Amino acid sequence: MTEPLLEVRDLHVRFPVRRNMLGRTTVENHAVSGVDLELRAGETLALVGESGCGKTTLGRTIVGAQKATSGSILFEGRDLTAMGGRERAPLRRQIRMVFQDPFSSLNPRFTLRQIIGDPLVATGEARGSELEDRIAAMMRRVGLSPDYMDRYPHAFSGGQRQRVNIARALIVNPRLVVADEPVSALDVSVRAQILNLLRELQAEFGLTYLFISHDLSVVENLADRVAVMYFGRIVELASTADLYERPQHPYTEALMSAVPIPDPSLKGRGGRILLPDELPDPANPPPGCAFARRCRHAEPGRCDTGAIPLEDGARCVRRGELDLQGIVETTS
Amino acid sequence: MSVANAEMKRTRASQRKLVWWAFKKHRLAYFSAWLLAAMLIVIALCEFIAPFNARHRDSEYTTAPPQVLKLWDTDGPDGFEFGLHVDGYTSEQDPRSLRITYEPDPEDRVDVGFFVKGEEYELFGLIPMDRHLIGPEDPDDPMYLFGTTTDGQDLLSQLVYATRVSASVGIIGVLLAFLLGIVLGAVSGYFGGWIDNTVQRIIELIMSVPSIPLWLGLAAAMPAQMGPVARYFIITTILALVAWTGLAREVRGRFLALRNEEFVTSALLDGSGHARVMFRHMLPSFSSHIIAALSLSIPGMILAETALSWLGMGLRPPAVSWGVQLQDASKWSVLSGAPWLLIPGICVVLVVLAFNFVGDGLRDAADPYKH
Repeated sequence: MTEPLLEVRDLHVRFPVRRNMLGRTTVENHAVSGVDLELRAGETLALVGESGCGKTTLGRTIVGAQKATSGSILFEGRDLTAMGGRERAPLRRQIRMVFQDPFSSLNPRFTLRQIIGDPLVATGEARGSELEDRIAAMMRRVGLSPDYMDRYPHAFSGGQRQRVNIARALIVNPRLVVADEPVSALDVSVRAQILNLLRELQAEFGLTYLFISHDLSVVENLADRVAVMYFGRIVELASTADLYERPQHPYTEALMSAVPIPDPSLKGRGGRILLPDELPDPANPPPGCAFARRCRHAEPGRCDTGAIPLEDGARCVRRGELDLQGIVETTS
Repeated sequence: MSVANAEMKRTRASQRKLVWWAFKKHRLAYFSAWLLAAMLIVIALCEFIAPFNARHRDSEYTTAPPQVLKLWDTDGPDGFEFGLHVDGYTSEQDPRSLRITYEPDPEDRVDVGFFVKGEEYELFGLIPMDRHLIGPEDPDDPMYLFGTTTDGQDLLSQLVYATRVSASVGIIGVLLAFLLGIVLGAVSGYFGGWIDNTVQRIIELIMSVPSIPLWLGLAAAMPAQMGPVARYFIITTILALVAWTGLAREVRGRFLALRNEEFVTSALLDGSGHARVMFRHMLPSFSSHIIAALSLSIPGMILAETALSWLGMGLRPPAVSWGVQLQDASKWSVLSGAPWLLIPGICVVLVVLAFNFVGDGLRDAADPYKH
């Protein structure tokens, strides 16, 4: 097997919540606690989970917007977490991010030319007519007319702004793009356009995507594999087809049950699974399975003690015992 | 078509243009801006605009009242006659107090002209010239449109020179304060942590010292024999060192709020250094607010200099500033006979109001997207 493009090993990210008088951290939140992940060149890996599960933090840590507390991120075998800013700078161009919010991610005082060209200007990679040509070409490629170059973001719709975001991410010819909920702020009618654009660009530039989303219906058509994240950990990792057909983790099943299915004849047996309670306190994680308290399949004594490893694609002690309901009907 | 054009104009307009359009709608601010522009011209060309030089002194006419500029003459030998002129003075000595008082004398005509030859000076310190915007045709004749001081100096000329000193103390002082305030405020808000703590504690320390005694103390510490130019710069610096704290707080607040915006994160990921992110990406988001704050803090600076000089702790004669001029008007016995000595005070009020109006107008205009 070829070496993965990106490998995340036992990654932890913690945020200080409270400090004592000496400035030492006394309480901290575990946003990401022990994530292992591999991204193969050219694939799309979706990272799904409810809000607050740490998926955005994981994405931000991979692009370098957030410091890892421990663990390592290997890009083509080189550990990004061990690098200083200067050493890492050239690798920043290989791993780019598309942000969730098309409004706050574009500087309102910059024209599209300045926004899209900034990665090239900041490092002095291109200037003058070369800069202009590259910006125009990239704008055309994402479906924006270069005539808009000197306009400000306030003149554009959410979908167009997200195209600007994509253009800015891709102008430095990256290999890996971390897309953090790139369509969740958009109208449903615009979503498909942006998703199609992302797919076209992937084929054209040979991109690898880490696609972060809370919406399983968006992921289904785009991703090769899906990682389900819960409470800072990956609880299930499988190919898209397998996951949608036969989820292994009760949390995945619950997520799937929330996906609206337009055709009543395809409606599964299960119906909507409503999860009780909220997430556990991230400053004080419970022993055993973090999902146990909300899980309808949890067995006391088995699920709430000891650390549960991610085995055979699911982090669940009852993996294989349960008959869990996916959303894709098995063709039988 | 015109609606489409207007929309087109708006989508392509830069922030600066949007602010300017909004500013123009604010009548009072717009008018004040012109007044300040005129003041800047006076500052730049003050040797040319003042009828006499700063050191001009006419001991023949002390505390002479203002003359009225007249366009025609009905008392001349030929009856009615056109010609710009002022009336000369007759003097009268009170036999008991020995005080000399001056009255305009319609019989004595002093011809006044534009671009007349007068005392020599160097424009911008470079170009030798002897023409003045307005002045008596004969340089030895008295022409005191705002009257004279107790020393026999032309109040108008003094006022023109004082405007240069007082307004520039305000402007240069505020620029200095803003340089400090913006850099320290930006660093404090952007990096946070112990840097923020240190800067904020320093600001609190400076703010907790009462400013008038501090000015007085610092000003009193200046050696008395110091030249007027050095004194000017030290006063400006003292005012700036006290005034930067308010702005630093404001800038810090803005940076704190902006720091978590995604466009800041994305600028960092794009490869910009911290300085570029701070001053290229973040600062422009509120540059118009800074300009507004700038023009709102100039009045404080001008008033501070005026107060210091008036108290005799700031600039001293032979330097002229509004405060120095008003020192003359601080004795009631003098003022009762020569109310025109208060003209510099009117000037202070006008300029301070103008800066405030412009600041208000800019602040309102600074957010064109709110409409």
